[in-house]
Amino acid sequence: MPAVSPARPFRGRDLVCVRGERRVFAGLDFDLAPGGALLLAGPNGSGKSSLLRLMAGLSRPTAGILTWDGSPVAEDREAHGARLHYVGHADAIKPAFTAAENLAFWAGLAAGGRGRAARAETGKRIDAALDYFGLGGLAETPSRLLSAGQRRRLALARLLAAPAALWLLDEPTLALDAESFARLVRAIDDHCAAGGMAVCATHVDLGLASAERLDLDAFAPANGGFADPFAAAEAAEIAEAGPA
Amino acid sequence: MSRFLAILWRDLRLAGRWGSDTVMVVVFFVLAVVLFPFGVGPEAQVLARIAAGVIWVTALLAAMLSLERLFLVDYEDGGLDLLASAPVSLELVVLAKCLAHWLTTGLPLILVSPLLAVLLNLEAEGYAVLLAAMLAGTPTLTLIGAIGAALALGARRGGALLSLLVLPLYIPVLIFGVAAVDASVAGLSAHPHLMFLGAFFLGALALSPWAAAAGLRQALE
Repeated sequence: MPAVSPARPFRGRDLVCVRGERRVFAGLDFDLAPGGALLLAGPNGSGKSSLLRLMAGLSRPTAGILTWDGSPVAEDREAHGARLHYVGHADAIKPAFTAAENLAFWAGLAAGGRGRAARAETGKRIDAALDYFGLGGLAETPSRLLSAGQRRRLALARLLAAPAALWLLDEPTLALDAESFARLVRAIDDHCAAGGMAVCATHVDLGLASAERLDLDAFAPANGGFADPFAAAEAAEIAEAGPA
Repeated sequence: MSRFLAILWRDLRLAGRWGSDTVMVVVFFVLAVVLFPFGVGPEAQVLARIAAGVIWVTALLAAMLSLERLFLVDYEDGGLDLLASAPVSLELVVLAKCLAHWLTTGLPLILVSPLLAVLLNLEAEGYAVLLAAMLAGTPTLTLIGAIGAALALGARRGGALLSLLVLPLYIPVLIFGVAAVDASVAGLSAHPHLMFLGAFFLGALALSPWAAAAGLRQALE
C-alpha cells in the first residue's frame, strides 16, 4: 500500500478573506501540484492562518474558489477532510488521555478503518509516528504531564499516524527543539518526495529543498483592507496615536 | 459509522476518567430536590402534589449545568477544528457528542429520579410513567441544548447565554413531562402525553444535529 494516495492538484483562485470588517487579503491565487510545498510568508495579521483555515475547509472564502482536481472543495467537505491533515496553533490534546490514546483517536478518525487488519495497520503507524517524534517512551504518559514541545510533537505525530495527501501546518515549529525541528523538516521532505503536498505558515527558514514561497503581503488590499474610507481613516488615526 | 462510534467512545472515556460532570449533575439534582421539603414544609400531601413538577424542573436545570461544556472543551483545545476538518460530517459529530452527553448525564438523572420521587412522596401510580417520560424527555433536553451550546461558543459568559437560549425551548418538554405523571396519578391515561414527548424527541433528533452543526461552523469561521 502506498503511503499516500495519488495527489491531485490543489488550486485556489481569486480568494478573498474578510475578518471582522477588514479585508485581510484579496485576489489570492495559488497552485499546488503533487510533491509541492508552499511556504506562507508575511507579517503577523497578513492572513496566513486564515488562508490555512480556508484550505482546511474550516471557513469559507468571502469570494473566490478552492478546487481539488477541478472540483470545488466546498461541494464535498468530507472527501476533502479525508485527504488533509490540519495542525493548527492548538494541539487538541486531552489531558485525561495518554499520549498514545490521544494520537490513536485522531488517527482512527482519519483512517476510519474497520476490521482487525485495518486497526492493526493503524496501530503500527501510531507506534511508528510516536517513535519518529521521539515520544515512544512517553506513549503511556498522561498528556497533562507533557511539556509544550512534547505536546507539539504529539500534534505533529498525527501527520504520520494516518496517511493524507495534503498537510496544512500553522507555525509547526513553535516550541520544537533543534532535533525535532530537523525531523519535522525531513518528514515534510519525505512526504513531498512521495507525492504529497504541504502548505506551511512559518516565520523561520525551514530549509525545504523544493518549497515555493507565497508572500501574503503581496495580496494585502490597499486602504489597510477597510472597505469604508472612514474606517480606514479611523484606523490610521489609532495607529498614529499609538498604543494607549 | 466507525467514526461515529470512535467519537462516542472517546467522549464516554473522557467522562469516565474525569467523571466530574456526571457527579456534579447528579449531586445538583439531588440537593436541589431535597431543598424543596425544607422550603414548602414536610406535609406529605403538598409534596405529593408538586413532586412531578419539582423533579422535572430540577432535572431541566441539572441538564443545563453540563451543557455548556458539550462543545466548549473541544472548541478551546482545538479539537473542534480537527473534528470539523475530519472526514466525518459535523452533524454526525454533534449526534455522537449528544449521545455521549445523554449517557453520562441524562441516564444518571433517570436512575436517581425514583429515589427522589420516594422522598417527595409521589403516588405509586406515577413511578413507571415518570421513568418513561424522563426516558423520552431527557434526550430531547440534550439535543435542544446542543443547539444552544453551539450558538453560545465563543461568547463571553456563554453559560448565562445558554440558559437564556435553551430554557424557553424546554417548556414543552416540561409541560408534557409533568402532565404525563399527573395524569397517571389522577387515574387517566398518560399515553397522549408520552406520545407528545416522543414526538418532541423525534423532532429534535431530526433537526438539532443540523442546527447545532451550523452553529459550530459559525463559531469556527
